[in-house]
Amino acid sequence: MLMDTPDETLAQSAANGDRDAFAVLVGRHYDRVRGLAWRLTGNAAEADDLAQDVCAALPAKLRGWRGEARFSTWLYRVVVNAAHDLRRRKATRARAAEGWGDWEIARQEAMAEDRAAQDWLMAAMARLSPELRDTVALVLGEDMTQAEAAAVLGLSEGTIAWRMSEVKKRLRALAAEEVK
Amino acid sequence: MSDDELEKLRAALKVAPATDTDRRAEAIALAMKNFDRMQEAGQGSADPARHNQDRLTGAGFLNGVREMLNRLTSRPVLGLTTSAAALLIGFGVIYPLVKSPTGVPVAIEAEAPVKPAPAEPAPVAEPVAPDPAPSPPAADADRVLSDAPEAATSYLVAPAPKAMERQRALGAPAPLAATRSEGAAPMGVVADTAMPEMDALSGMPEENTETFANAAPNPVKVTAEEPVSTFSIDVDTASYGVIRQSLTMGSLPPPEAVRVEEVVNYFPYGYPAPGAEDAPFRSTVTVMPTPWNAGTRLVHVALQGRLPAIEDRPPLNLVFLIDTSGSMEDPAKLPLLKQSFALLVNQLRPEDEVAIVAYAGSAGTVLEPTPARDAGRILAALDNLAAGGSTAGAEGLELAYRVAEGMAGDGEVSRVILATDGDFNVGVSDPEGLTAYVGKKRDAGTYLSVLGFGRGNLDDATMQALAQNGNGQAAYIDTAQEARKVLVDQLTGALFPIADDVKIQVEWNPAEVAEYRLIGYETRALAREDFNNDRVDAGEIGAGHSVTAIYEITAPGSAALRNDPLRYGTAEPPLATSDELGFLRLRYKAPGESESRLIETPILPGTDEAGTEARFAVAMAGFGQLLRGSVYLGDWGWDQAIELALSARGDDPFGYRIEAVNLMRMAKALDAR
Repeated sequence: MLMDTPDETLAQSAANGDRDAFAVLVGRHYDRVRGLAWRLTGNAAEADDLAQDVCAALPAKLRGWRGEARFSTWLYRVVVNAAHDLRRRKATRARAAEGWGDWEIARQEAMAEDRAAQDWLMAAMARLSPELRDTVALVLGEDMTQAEAAAVLGLSEGTIAWRMSEVKKRLRALAAEEVK
Repeated sequence: MSDDELEKLRAALKVAPATDTDRRAEAIALAMKNFDRMQEAGQGSADPARHNQDRLTGAGFLNGVREMLNRLTSRPVLGLTTSAAALLIGFGVIYPLVKSPTGVPVAIEAEAPVKPAPAEPAPVAEPVAPDPAPSPPAADADRVLSDAPEAATSYLVAPAPKAMERQRALGAPAPLAATRSEGAAPMGVVADTAMPEMDALSGMPEENTETFANAAPNPVKVTAEEPVSTFSIDVDTASYGVIRQSLTMGSLPPPEAVRVEEVVNYFPYGYPAPGAEDAPFRSTVTVMPTPWNAGTRLVHVALQGRLPAIEDRPPLNLVFLIDTSGSMEDPAKLPLLKQSFALLVNQLRPEDEVAIVAYAGSAGTVLEPTPARDAGRILAALDNLAAGGSTAGAEGLELAYRVAEGMAGDGEVSRVILATDGDFNVGVSDPEGLTAYVGKKRDAGTYLSVLGFGRGNLDDATMQALAQNGNGQAAYIDTAQEARKVLVDQLTGALFPIADDVKIQVEWNPAEVAEYRLIGYETRALAREDFNNDRVDAGEIGAGHSVTAIYEITAPGSAALRNDPLRYGTAEPPLATSDELGFLRLRYKAPGESESRLIETPILPGTDEAGTEARFAVAMAGFGQLLRGSVYLGDWGWDQAIELALSARGDDPFGYRIEAVNLMRMAKALDAR
């Protein structure tokens, strides 16, 4: 029965202390959380850590659940914010390895043979600013509409549209370089 | 152009690396565990008023969970065998780890299984590893920041003006959200206005767009192992402003917002001034007993800059670069900013020149360079500034520098004063290059100061980075009184540098000093070799500024020593060659010069009574450390700090010191809760 219950109902029950509802909710969404974490960070280990952090924080976060948005939208926000937090901590304390940028360095070390497609992805992502990466992760990676992505990021649709056109521009530049 | 590239990216993004089932199970188990603990703890234990304080004494459940989370994230640090990349990730969060109650990284709780980071992506990160040992906890955030940090860059990818305006409009908190956030945490904690419903009660990984530059408190160092301590001076005061604002609003500031040296250096001190023939500043060293530890002594190093008579200073060219975006429309922002600049204009001499550039996702010159004798015109232009306006182009900073360069004459000092509430989307299109750009302009003779207004969105880290690279001061302005202090009382100092790139290096004598600890300056640490490298940037001293640095030292054989001698180390006790405690070296550059000059002074165990100035500085160092939850203070608490500050009030002509005492009383009350 719980398996068919909509996210929003489960979230409400979980917020009220229903353990089973919470378990279903977490089980249902872990993979999405981790997938988005990977798209945001570009690093599987970091994605695992981020997903774990989100899981650990979720019980407390759920207390803030008001049912004002779809649960998945809300959850995406939690993940995006956690990723921002991580980025910020790294940026202010140390110039630490940032997944996509990290790869820029690793690239010089020569990469495994069968990873050409992955290489291209890394190159493309490394070229984007964090804002653009977030946007790409949601719009392309999670197949969101611009309106949905705007809701997650707390921006207007216009901003998302503008960012996507910016992404296109960068990719075009990358493609032009590849031709050379 | 087709959308092929987008499709290609879409496809590539789909192929997320396979989920590790162990990690999945682990994460879910952890979520359930926390859920259960949450239920046990009951709904009432989340005390939002304490939301922002993560000192551990009597911490509520949420704090416990946050602490646990912090440890979780720092897991790679503990697993010393993990890859360098994992260590780097750990670096970002080492601060909470160090702050654990015992001061020692403790074993992680059972629900946080220690496992080496999964090896699957095998990131080859050695080239960027600054130092694989976790012991010096990233103390050089300062230099790191100057490498165009993420925090700086993330704001700088200037979105198209129109999109940005809309973004701003959205950013304005809805009334409901605002009310709720006030109830939860009075101090603008809920700054991430776009998603208030998440912040109001969550209490864990705090959502907040405020970022603070800081590093873990300096640890006690063993002289025999590391006899030399090197750092850049710091004349910023932004941290004190943030502290005052938090306390006034009724909550303790987040510990990471407290930079102890900025608390100390906020106050004007009457240290002995240099003679006319001497270097532009004079150093005074005082050794005194430590108020919070009978077994140690404090070495108080004071630098006092010369104050040339106001009439002697060269003419100033000032460009006010003012953020007029929609978010500035708040009584604590644009109106206060206008008031502040008006105060400044009235202090200028007739031949000084002022220009005003405004930006709101777009930039425009509001006032062409105008001599200060025409104060009426300047004030009128200031008065006409309105938040929310926008014109074409987005080149605030570039335009401001262009205007400043046009104003520069022989022997004149040009300075851009950037006033903003935090979003540094000032329009340099290459985000990575912003700090470098500011540095280049500094070398060309135009300095940059940054004034922060309003809380909630304040990008302290970026302010610091910009001001440091621009040889300027970063100050946070929350009241008209603060505006007067920064812009009027210290006008010549803030705007007229007398020594650039001032670095301090102390070599301790192991025969007299077994252990030492520099109080504050975590973000200003320099590598030992940077001292003699004139290409490494450091802080500037303005006319009349004073700078204070305080070390806590422990004599060999003292009961207060914190480290045992090494079993396999050099057993030879160092030869007692002199009674010098150490040797102080200072390097500075005269403005405009590229070669540094060196000043050397031995540190002698003086017997002089410490004066009120030094004692007040020590009281402020205590204040800052109390706010950071320092482990070095023992039983010494608010009462003792207040008493010391009161006994060292001195003249206090502007009332800054008594204000600090009142803030300490407030902090005491809040801390007791």
